Amino acid sequence: MKKSITTKEIIQKALVAGVIALSMSIIGFIALLGERELVKGWFSLGHVFLIAAPLAIAYVTVENMTHENNAKTLGVGFAIGAIASVPLILLAYIAVAVDIRQFLSNVSPALIELLTFGKDATTGSIYLLLLFGATGVFAALLNILPARVRHPLVIALAWMIGVATFSEILLGRLRSLLSRDLIKTIFAGKTLNPAFAVGVFLVALLITILWDAIGGSVKEKVAAFNPVQKKTMSAGKSLVVMVVILFLPLILGSYLSEVANNVGLYILMGLGLNIVVGFAGLLDLGYVAFFAIGAYVMGVLTSQGALGLDAGFNFWTALPISVIVATLFGIILGIPVLGMRGDYLAIVTLGFGEIIRVIAVSDLFKEIFGGAQGILQIPKPNFFGTELVQPGQLYYVILGGVLLALFIATRLRDSRLGRQWMALREDEDVAEAMGMNLVNTKLMAFATGAAFSGLSGAIFASKLTSIFPHSFNLIISINVLALIIVGGVGSIPGVFIGSLILVGLPELLREFAEYRMLIYGTLLIAMMLFKPEGFLPDQRRKRELKAEAELDGVEG
Amino acid sequence: MGIILSTRNVTKRFGGLIAVNSFEIDVKENSISSVIGPNGAGKTTFFNCITGFYEPTEGEIIFDGDKHVEGLRPDQVTLKGISRTYQNIRLFSSMTAIENILVGQHRHLKTHWVEAIYKSKRFVKEEEDALQEAIRLLNFVGLKGLGDQLARNLPYGAQRRLEIARALASKPKLLLLDEPTAGMNPNESLELMHFIRKLRDEVGITILLIEHDMKVVMGISEEIWVMDFGQKIAEGTPLEIQRNPRVIEAYLGSGAASGLNLEQGE
Repeated sequence: MKKSITTKEIIQKALVAGVIALSMSIIGFIALLGERELVKGWFSLGHVFLIAAPLAIAYVTVENMTHENNAKTLGVGFAIGAIASVPLILLAYIAVAVDIRQFLSNVSPALIELLTFGKDATTGSIYLLLLFGATGVFAALLNILPARVRHPLVIALAWMIGVATFSEILLGRLRSLLSRDLIKTIFAGKTLNPAFAVGVFLVALLITILWDAIGGSVKEKVAAFNPVQKKTMSAGKSLVVMVVILFLPLILGSYLSEVANNVGLYILMGLGLNIVVGFAGLLDLGYVAFFAIGAYVMGVLTSQGALGLDAGFNFWTALPISVIVATLFGIILGIPVLGMRGDYLAIVTLGFGEIIRVIAVSDLFKEIFGGAQGILQIPKPNFFGTELVQPGQLYYVILGGVLLALFIATRLRDSRLGRQWMALREDEDVAEAMGMNLVNTKLMAFATGAAFSGLSGAIFASKLTSIFPHSFNLIISINVLALIIVGGVGSIPGVFIGSLILVGLPELLREFAEYRMLIYGTLLIAMMLFKPEGFLPDQRRKRELKAEAELDGVEG
Repeated sequence: MGIILSTRNVTKRFGGLIAVNSFEIDVKENSISSVIGPNGAGKTTFFNCITGFYEPTEGEIIFDGDKHVEGLRPDQVTLKGISRTYQNIRLFSSMTAIENILVGQHRHLKTHWVEAIYKSKRFVKEEEDALQEAIRLLNFVGLKGLGDQLARNLPYGAQRRLEIARALASKPKLLLLDEPTAGMNPNESLELMHFIRKLRDEVGITILLIEHDMKVVMGISEEIWVMDFGQKIAEGTPLEIQRNPRVIEAYLGSGAASGLNLEQGE
């Protein structure tokens, strides 16, 4: 319901935005992001996050108010932005006048410099006020502008900021490919040259405008394809995807391949936990246990150090054993919790996860698991005489694991067992009354989940060549659960998106890694409020429609 | 006509409370019969004893000649050929209508999960047949075209029908319906009544109802048992029940019997 806005509401909303920006500043987040300059001499990632709150709040406020005339709408935008800057201006003045670092240790000179643009407090405050005001006006403008202008503008801005954010990685990849002069025109140090940034903006703008103009008719043409053409089209698409996935390490280079590998290991775990939590609805908080078991079995069997079994196992022979042992533990730890539901199940599994870690660290089994010192000298996988040392080589081992898990998870989901799991999630009592054996159904979920996690752990051990008990703490279980929630509970594509967002991004942005838990918390709260079904929610199959269509096809 | 279900001395105690007190019925094969009684009389508890949700404290439940079902788990009872619906609809709400029915067919699907992974011919065939059967059932209960809707998005009446379709999917010999017309308007109730009769005539199964709507009960039941405080207080044909003073008393309180009767049937 749109309604006109009062002065009081404007001040309230603006102060909320101001306080958010203020808290992001005083915890040191803004200053840290300020170190990542995006466009040389123009702005840093800190600025982007500084204006994020007023931008979002001004946009939502203007969207929900009645639109009388442009001047008034833009005025409201400016007011929200300008008032939102007040808490930060106060902070700048106080920080200049007294030494508040004694109790707010993160209010650093760097932060104050960022807030006042390197000027004295008064001039800087005016700049800040104008920047925030302009942000508010921009947010209001986005509301007023017709979609055909707004859409390309937003996309182009996103591209520019995106390219600038990852400019350092881009530089690393392009340095060897492009001439020195070209590099110099694109980059200034590790950041983008203003001219190139504007170039990115313009190109993205142009392409989006073009696509908006002709995209519709292209889509119509594709939709009008006959079945054979459609099949060729989809085959072509999958071929491109396959080729890209196959040659990804070459495109990404060593550092990004390492990131991709970590994402892959989390995808493997995510696919497993998605079966337990997403399909079967059994909230398991000790999932890291099976990851640890897989890793330790691999370590004990193959280590060439003092702790190794030295029984002639290599990576490939130890891998199935690791998976089998993890699966067995999935069943063993599943049996005691068969009768438990919801919170009780969560707490007990949480305990199991800790028990496994405590056993690994304990002195009792120091002879086998190495206690706190862990297991060292685990060999890397060997592929026909080549030791897979490079991240770009290990990538294929992990890719194989992910594809296998993806295949199994998809097939099981679409089978009777998959339906049993979902029925169990929806209503345990009724599921049992349908004639299914709950014990088997639950144990199958725990076992499959544990198998994927064990596989992930075994590869992890070999990839790192050494494992320590503290690598297997609760945070891993929480991470995997969080990525499932962000992607969409019960959704297999969601696991991939969730891993990219929660594991990939923090590795690409070191600044984020430091505030990882803060960002997780914020993201999860935001997801629950605005998108509780996740980014890629589970899509139920249209089976009646398909069956009818096939029937029509036979009759026609 | 033979007897398909007979309960002998079935009693269920919760601590000091006797919810079902040596309740005995004999359900004739291929009949439609009802258990009625005031709220809290113990009807659903009795159903729960039959379907394995509760284990009766005492007594025997004999199904289909010689099978004892008392004390079995719900899944084992279903395997014997008893299926049910619930007073407060309990569908698998985030699954589609078709998937709900497919889960109901669980008892008749045999392929191992390993076959599902490599898609054996047997698995593909079984899944196809199951899907066709599910679509047939969907059409039978009048939900054609709603199969791909999530169960929770279906209208109330459709959810009731879907629950019946899911119960039928296990091909039971005896179907227990726990207040199938609860929450329906008189028109919908009437429609469902005709449907229940059609079900018995066309599928040829025995139907045992718990029902509050007297119009429905009197309209379709061949035999009625009346329950009050866990005990059987009357049994007989609808006509006999309507004239039974003990029944009227149980429903309307003592002293009411003289002035009123329950004659609301068709």
